[in-house]
Amino acid sequence: MTDIDQGTTVDVTVTVNGIAHTRTVEPRRLLSDFIRHDLRLTGTHVGCEHGVCGACTVLVDGKPMRSCLMFAVSAEDMEITTVEGLGTQDAMGPVQQAFVECHGLQCGFCTPGFVTTITAFIEENPDPTSEEAREAISGNLCRCTGYQNICKAVLRAAEINRERATPTEGGDPA
Amino acid sequence: MKPAPFVHHGPRTLDEAVAVLGEVGHDGKVLAGGQSLIPVLNMRLAQPAHLVDINRVAGLDTVTVTDSHVRVGATVRHAELEKHDEAYAVLPLLRQALLCVAHPAIRNRGTTVGSIAHADAAGEMPSVLVLTQGVIEVVGPRGRREVAALEFFEGPLQTVLEADELVEAVRFARFAPGTRTAFLESARRSGDYAVAGVGVAVDVSTDSGEAVVTGARAAYVSVTDIPVVVDLTDAVAGQPVSSVWDGVDELVQAGIAPEADIHASSEYRRMLAAELTRRALTRATTEGTA
Amino acid sequence: MTTRQFGQPVLRREDPRLVTGNGRYLDDLGHTAYEAAFVRSPHAHARITDIDVEGALDVEGVVAIFTHEDLEGPAADRLPLLIPHPSIEAGRTGHALAKDDVNHVGEAIAMVVATNRYVAEDAAQRIVVSYEFLPPVVGIENARDGANLVHDDAPGNVAAHLLQEVGDVESALAAAPHTLTLDLDIERSACTPMEGRGVLAQWDSDEQRLRLHSSTQTSTGVRAAVAAKLQLPLSQVECIAPDVGGGFGVKIMHPWPEEVLVPWAARRLDHDVKWTEDRREHFTASAHERGQVQQVTVGFDDDGRLLGLDVRFWHDNGAYLPYGVIVPIITATQLLGPYKPQNYRVEFWSLYTNTAIVTPYRGAGRPQGCFAMERTMDAIAAELGLDRAEVRSRNFIQPEEMPFDQGLMFQDGRPLKYDSGDFPASLAKLKALVGWDDFAAYREEAESQGRKVGLGIGCYVEGTGVGPYEGGHVHVETSGRVNVATGLTTQGQGHQTILAQIVADELGVSIDDVHVTTGDTRRMPYAVGTFASRGAVMSGNAVALAARAVRAKALRIAADALEVAEEDLQIEDGTISVKGAPHASIALSTVAVMSNPLRYAFDESAKAATQFAGTFDPDKPPVADDEEPGLEGKDFYSPTQATFANGMHAAIVETDPVTAEIKILRYCVIHDCGTVVNPMIVEGQVHGGVAQGVGGALYERMAYDETGQLLNASFMDFLMPYASEIPHIETDHLETPSPLNPLGIKGAGEAGTIPVTAVIASAIEDAEGFPIRSMPISPHELWDLRRAHAHALETVSPTPTEESA
Repeated sequence: MTDIDQGTTVDVTVTVNGIAHTRTVEPRRLLSDFIRHDLRLTGTHVGCEHGVCGACTVLVDGKPMRSCLMFAVSAEDMEITTVEGLGTQDAMGPVQQAFVECHGLQCGFCTPGFVTTITAFIEENPDPTSEEAREAISGNLCRCTGYQNICKAVLRAAEINRERATPTEGGDPA
Repeated sequence: MKPAPFVHHGPRTLDEAVAVLGEVGHDGKVLAGGQSLIPVLNMRLAQPAHLVDINRVAGLDTVTVTDSHVRVGATVRHAELEKHDEAYAVLPLLRQALLCVAHPAIRNRGTTVGSIAHADAAGEMPSVLVLTQGVIEVVGPRGRREVAALEFFEGPLQTVLEADELVEAVRFARFAPGTRTAFLESARRSGDYAVAGVGVAVDVSTDSGEAVVTGARAAYVSVTDIPVVVDLTDAVAGQPVSSVWDGVDELVQAGIAPEADIHASSEYRRMLAAELTRRALTRATTEGTA
Repeated sequence: MTTRQFGQPVLRREDPRLVTGNGRYLDDLGHTAYEAAFVRSPHAHARITDIDVEGALDVEGVVAIFTHEDLEGPAADRLPLLIPHPSIEAGRTGHALAKDDVNHVGEAIAMVVATNRYVAEDAAQRIVVSYEFLPPVVGIENARDGANLVHDDAPGNVAAHLLQEVGDVESALAAAPHTLTLDLDIERSACTPMEGRGVLAQWDSDEQRLRLHSSTQTSTGVRAAVAAKLQLPLSQVECIAPDVGGGFGVKIMHPWPEEVLVPWAARRLDHDVKWTEDRREHFTASAHERGQVQQVTVGFDDDGRLLGLDVRFWHDNGAYLPYGVIVPIITATQLLGPYKPQNYRVEFWSLYTNTAIVTPYRGAGRPQGCFAMERTMDAIAAELGLDRAEVRSRNFIQPEEMPFDQGLMFQDGRPLKYDSGDFPASLAKLKALVGWDDFAAYREEAESQGRKVGLGIGCYVEGTGVGPYEGGHVHVETSGRVNVATGLTTQGQGHQTILAQIVADELGVSIDDVHVTTGDTRRMPYAVGTFASRGAVMSGNAVALAARAVRAKALRIAADALEVAEEDLQIEDGTISVKGAPHASIALSTVAVMSNPLRYAFDESAKAATQFAGTFDPDKPPVADDEEPGLEGKDFYSPTQATFANGMHAAIVETDPVTAEIKILRYCVIHDCGTVVNPMIVEGQVHGGVAQGVGGALYERMAYDETGQLLNASFMDFLMPYASEIPHIETDHLETPSPLNPLGIKGAGEAGTIPVTAVIASAIEDAEGFPIRSMPISPHELWDLRRAHAHALETVSPTPTEESA
């Protein structure tokens, strides 16, 4: 059993985007702050810190979760994927590419949470209907876009995923 | 909005968890999924001195389906139970209700047992547990005890759980063959706490060659202080499954005690609970299966 | 051949950065800065009798705790009243940290600076403030009755009172064959951008220089205000708006208390200090909008034509009036929409309440004005039994009447004179899009299935692109890279793309070579800000003018080099060539080299510009008397008046006959924002605007209780819509270019939001058959209304009349 005293700190090792990071943090350190400020992966954003807006959504062992509703200490040994882990400006992931093509973002603040959420969704549902696409993004708030182009981006991302998978049929699209 | 400091305890076994809970007692809180607790901590509306993080306690993360029940361990996530095909096959009500619990990202982390122990009147799973006449398995320094679901809840956010006790698992009892279920909610936004919600279990007999309702029970969300089972049998027994369920209103109204908040008046909630009951009965009898 | 960029759905150049997590928002900066947290008033109205910081001082990691007593000079004075106006009778503003009293929940009282935000909050929690309670004034009714006062020296809680009249309303109403009076109500909402406010201040004590980053809609405004408050020379302060996670108006307000305090503390502590607003703070310590009570009396003839319109409204401006009366002025003037009222009188009272301040929120008073006017139009149609679209049509200003002067003074102090628009054409498009004439059949079919549906309509005119000015700076580097700067800030509107499109066309270069910087006072110190849908109009025209200046200079230099006349030259793909003789050409990058005669060759291209590199006329100076070195140009666009965009929306809603749940089945938009730079971006602006409108119509409100506590200060209870609540939006466009500016642009940012509340009210009214006079509306409120009308039906008269509403 590990007990951590108040005011004391603890070493936490979390694998983020494939790299194991160890930092010394207070047990109350939120995973969102750990990712943003301790690891300086500021692509994950914080919009409400009570789990409603979804901007801080990251993939924890492949599943979307609110990083503002987890403590870093609870993420010990977990595999986290943030928006930075899903592509780069030169090699965008399918969801990122779809957001650009479909004008799925305006200010971009909520976008990382959508990108992680949608990435997991199309993994599970590679060919969604528009209704399913809308439902899939209905746990994330966006104040700019009115969601229409994000819905479009979900469908387009699934399409890009399929396109990219075509040359190596049967291979892992990711 | 950052939580106040606390001591973090990370027990690996149930014995360790019980031991540390026994030590910290009222100064401690059990952390499972944290999807209800952490917002409250972030807002500093609660500042427990100790958090007993049970996420790594061995053996709490399993769903077991038996002839009589579906047993759900304390760290089983809503999403795991929702996607558990065996559990769905024997107790469809679980998935029917879990799809109404917040949003997928919350269900991926939040636990079913945690939401029951939290005992929020707006929580879905306490009502589901009560409707199935389930059992809560409690463990503490004084050993194990089992509490019937109906006796577990004492008020909003209040249960019979002592400060040094922990829910190890809950058992959702399976319905008799022929019982059909449905779960319906009305929320202002999808995934919000319901303005009102209802789960129904309808006993249907086809003995006469025609599907006839022999009994029905309902449990509610957001319109009762604690989850209760409202027996609708008197209003529905003998009716064909194609009924419009006009007679349930009086029983529903007698069984609920909604309060007003900024989202709805109590009168509106009364109307809504009755209407949702009718719709849920229709859904259960026309779409639901045992 | 360079493809013309203007008018094309060019993909956004900011996106690859933002979708991969490479944006730089305020809290992404300053990882080593101290962090601030605030002790904020938990009470709506109280006198502060004591602040005890003792218990907080020994929290490990606390650097400093400040209260008003610590502030000095102008920083201790009241915050400025930004937009003075003659109608303001009692203009009161707050202090950066409360002095003596607090006037709303959330008002900052003490500032804690600590090594991180967790510790800062630990300390803030230990600060004990003692209060003597004062009676809170909450809601327009309480403010209006004046029994209790927010500010002792603002009698009747009146901050401002304004009356404007065109024609003779009293006589017109007296003579009108029909009159109606409508009592209307709109509740508060708020911008709630996904990123709250935030400030990072970096003080360089060696240089005595302050660098500020603020999540603001006006970096020049913040810079000037902070320089004044901190008594620093303007030249020693720079302000940068980094990536900003949405604004919608709340970030045009400035200086926020925190924008003064954070730099003040950074200088005092000689250390970087950062404050990132959290969501709870945003609800109570930022701004709200929309709350108004209105009374409309209208006179009209048998055909439904307006003869006179008399509007009185009471505007809830919250605890202070730092942004003046812009919002109610806009309501008062923009209320008229596309219509000619003949005679119009409007009178408003802007009232203090013990609630969060009220400053512009997307639409800025227009949604309320549109609501008043469009409810009135529907009421006239109902009264006369006429088609609602037809009544509107009969009151339209006709295209041939443009420009049309409404005879009022607009929010910029200039005449409310519509420049363009074709309202009949817009209405025809809208009716076609929504299937206006087929709706009766649709409704009949729905009714046969036991469903209740309704069709609603709303029209608006939006004064956009107000002055005073914006600037553009265009600089061509010797590499061919084109740097564009405008001081106006951006919060997601795609300015970096549309301004690049404009400059690429004007200059004849590839858009890939154009790089746009916004909102950085180091690059463009003269600017106003982003508000009133003015970005594309103001900065678009400014950078176009600047690019034209650069183009002219490039042609002058090239003409000289190629020994041809300037008018024989063209620029395409970054190359200047002789028309009809493309082999005679010179690259724009080479012209950039030639424009800057050099002594030192720092790279290959620079070599060509050095003093021994080529031939020159020894009788001429290297830089001509009337030229400057460098291929760059700067210009400003300053219009004589606003442009006027317009639009018309229609919606079909379904209301559940039992539960009164409201679902929008279709939402149709016709939008005229003049010439369109990027249709993809305009469409996105419309979608987002409509979504915010839907929030305001059906979901969002600020639920204050009678003590001034905001009961829903979280995203859990403030119901900002998810995708599940927003309908698919169908759009069609009309382009009537503005004659007022070189590009013919009118502005698109706010349009989508303006009529939504009116449209949804109209549709629900149509579905239900009784008037909707108060918005937003929730299912339980609609259900209550149904019961009230059913009761009225039983007890009063066989059909509810307009007056009984």
